[in-house]
Amino acid sequence: MTDTALSGHAFEAHDHEHHHHDADHKPGFFARWFMSTNHKDIGTLYLIFAIFAGIIGGAISGVMRAELAHPGIQYLTVLAEYLPGDKNFDHALHLWNVLITAHGLIMVFFMVMPAMIGGFGNWFVPIMIGAPDMAFPRMNNISFWLLIPSFTLLLLSPFFGGAGTGWTVYAPLSTYGEPGPSVDMAILSLHLAGASSILGAINFITTIFNMRAPGMTLHKMPLFVWSVLVTAFLLLLSLPVLAAAITMLLTDRNFGTTFFDPAGGGDPILYQHLFWFFGHPEVYIMILPGFGIVSQILSTFSKKPIFGYLGMAYAMVAIGVVGFVVWAHHMFTTGLSVNTKMYFTAATMVIAVPTGIKIFSWIATMWGGSLSFKTPMVWAIGFIFMFTVGGVTGVVLANGGIDDYMQDSYYVVAHFHYVLSLGAVFSLFAGFTYWFPKMSGRMLSELLGQIHFWIFFAGVNMLFFPMHFLGLQNMQRRVPDYADNLEYWNHFATIGYMIMAGSMIVFFVNVIYSLFAGKKAGDNPWGEGATTLEWTLSSPPPYHQFETLPVIDGGDHH
Amino acid sequence: MTGLKGIVLAASLAITGLGAGSGLAATPAPAASPAAAAPAAAAAAPIDPMLVRDGAPELAPTVGIGQPGPHNEITIQPQVTANGRYAEWFHDWILFPLIVAISIFVLILLAWVVIRYRKAANPVPSKTSHHVGLEVAWTLVPVLILVAIALPSIGLLQAQFKPAPANAVTLKAIGNQWYWSYQYPDNGGFEITSNMLKDKNDPNFAKGDRARVDADGPRLLATDNRVVLPVGVPIRLITTSNDVIHSWAIPAFWIKLDAVPGRLNETSFTIEKEGLYFGVCSELCGARHGYMPITVQAVSPAVFAQWVKAKGGTMPAPKSASQPAPALVETGDPQAVANAMGPVDNAAEEAAPTTNQGATANPGASITGK
Repeated sequence: MTDTALSGHAFEAHDHEHHHHDADHKPGFFARWFMSTNHKDIGTLYLIFAIFAGIIGGAISGVMRAELAHPGIQYLTVLAEYLPGDKNFDHALHLWNVLITAHGLIMVFFMVMPAMIGGFGNWFVPIMIGAPDMAFPRMNNISFWLLIPSFTLLLLSPFFGGAGTGWTVYAPLSTYGEPGPSVDMAILSLHLAGASSILGAINFITTIFNMRAPGMTLHKMPLFVWSVLVTAFLLLLSLPVLAAAITMLLTDRNFGTTFFDPAGGGDPILYQHLFWFFGHPEVYIMILPGFGIVSQILSTFSKKPIFGYLGMAYAMVAIGVVGFVVWAHHMFTTGLSVNTKMYFTAATMVIAVPTGIKIFSWIATMWGGSLSFKTPMVWAIGFIFMFTVGGVTGVVLANGGIDDYMQDSYYVVAHFHYVLSLGAVFSLFAGFTYWFPKMSGRMLSELLGQIHFWIFFAGVNMLFFPMHFLGLQNMQRRVPDYADNLEYWNHFATIGYMIMAGSMIVFFVNVIYSLFAGKKAGDNPWGEGATTLEWTLSSPPPYHQFETLPVIDGGDHH
Repeated sequence: MTGLKGIVLAASLAITGLGAGSGLAATPAPAASPAAAAPAAAAAAPIDPMLVRDGAPELAPTVGIGQPGPHNEITIQPQVTANGRYAEWFHDWILFPLIVAISIFVLILLAWVVIRYRKAANPVPSKTSHHVGLEVAWTLVPVLILVAIALPSIGLLQAQFKPAPANAVTLKAIGNQWYWSYQYPDNGGFEITSNMLKDKNDPNFAKGDRARVDADGPRLLATDNRVVLPVGVPIRLITTSNDVIHSWAIPAFWIKLDAVPGRLNETSFTIEKEGLYFGVCSELCGARHGYMPITVQAVSPAVFAQWVKAKGGTMPAPKSASQPAPALVETGDPQAVANAMGPVDNAAEEAAPTTNQGATANPGASITGK
């Protein structure tokens, strides 16, 4: 296994002194950034892409929150004026569905996934296992560049009518319910994003299995690498199912097939089974790398090794495995049989066990440690609590009988935003602030970082917590208008959004300021707790690292 | 609230009246609540509540019942079915306290480690990284908790899947973009169409439409034709769709069932309280997804029978005695004919002619039907 890793030398065109990065020979600007095969450069591209997509997706949610601040339709009619199509009220309402669809797809496929896997995964998986680069650097390049046409297609679709199907693209709303090219564009966009992720997954699996440095056994790998490994398997196994489902949608739409049309013997529910067979692993794809990031950070700032390392690693494997057999809990009201509902209720609850193991192991990692509360650490601790809150409402929603009330209500919206917008996004900020010095060579401002965290924390909780109340009062998802009695908490949530958005200004000021004027970061700015291999390199690391493979001794590196 | 109580009182009396086959005429009109008194089964002037000429429904909604509560309400809507009450209990007394306890437990642990093990308080970190006992404990304890949740949860699922008995009233809800149509297959198969009522100041309000008034229900929840269902009688709900997937939901019944084209979904429930219950389409179905509400008016079986007849439907005669039905027919019939023009709100729909014809043709069918 390690012999294969040695062949990593083959990728290295240069044999210079590489611990001093300025001495590195880098390609010219165009070759470096547009034809890149370097995992760190591609990781940077992914991160820039994710930030860009996140701004668009976040702006869309701003439009949504503005519209929902008060009952009635305030802004949609105005916005619809700027888009081609009829200028009637239905068009404005359709625009709402376009917005929610775009928000969902952008945040899932173009923000969280590229940032977690493409960004941090590309940057740090090879470094953490002591590899010089990814196993297939050129494939890595195409993985990223497939996202550009994919995202372009999605962004253009509103100008061709707009896909208002929800990110789930349920048939038959997405087949005979939405004429025009926009849904086809969205489907093609998903195809490309899916292909990109499958290629990325193959790359990560190969890299992790074949390119670990001598002595870096699977059970010594940092948990972040474990998390990306499990995620890559989830991607590899689930995305082809999505590809199949949306291909059938495409042929139903354009070539007269009836896979999901009852008029021709098809079944709309089949689409939901296929979609959620992908869709449920997908939510773990979005959160598992976050688990890994949080584990690294807690260990670093507690100056303690991860508590129960093996339990943590295999809890992620268990979540990945069980995540494949719970998909129909998204479909409890579609008319499943009682036995099916009982099974999916029970299976879904099982996921709480490995998740609980992780939560308690994180706390135990801090227990007895010597904690310093740098920005990444507060994000990580915030993550634990917010993910717990999102997780326990998941236990409520796991009950099939409860979902006759909760399904498609704002309770569900609150739940998945707690695990994603407060879970995955907290872990993204944690990772970003943790690795920013390594990636850029400069420290972020600690003060601005803390300000950003606390305002963001207050904002998102004000934004999403009242959604539990709205859900219990049974406000349904995906509507631009609501009964007047629901105004109070909707208005409250919109104020929360504005607070959150304000904190993002602090974040961007911090990033831009620090990139140009931040304090220079040493090799290891976080001190003795940071034991993974990236902290043995310079900040930023040399263009090609580990031309001589590091040898991992018996000590803990996780 | 007093109005509703009045109706409930009248209803309970009416139910006994129907069961015994004796006089509805004996039912005293609850004079204390004039607003609700008229529609109740006052024999002297049995005006069908849903067929008043001016189209304004008599039964006004009650704040906090069957609809989102006052502005800052944060709990589950009050439940009026047995499964609903059980599920609400399960949520409010098992799941909710449990998740709050778990969240607080985690928060306390976090607060403790943050305070106790901060660098200033604990400069030298321990190197402990394993404790088998702890790890086994935090695996097994959650398992036990989950088993404890699973038992009532499975019980709830079982209860929800109890099929409706033979004497159930069948309601077939059909989703359309973007309104609901309803059929009563056990009652002669008549059909009603239920569109959202727009406000007068709504930019899309078309002249000639009936504008929503507060008695109809809240904005976005009120419909022109309410679904009328009897209380105390099991309802068999069947859902399907004519176009895309919709979802028929009444939160107060703890019912949400997708309406899928090419498929019939079935569930059942028994409404325990008369009143007005609102719900919304709960599956994204296109542009006006938020504008196809569901309104159920739960009435006494006697009033239900009247309404059915006025709509041109038939009541299946009770197995034992067929007396109550004719009695209702006789008292109700003239009024129903007189009110035949009543559902003006329905005029634009195909169902309206059926209503008129059915109302006159009804008595014979009703008696000889079984």
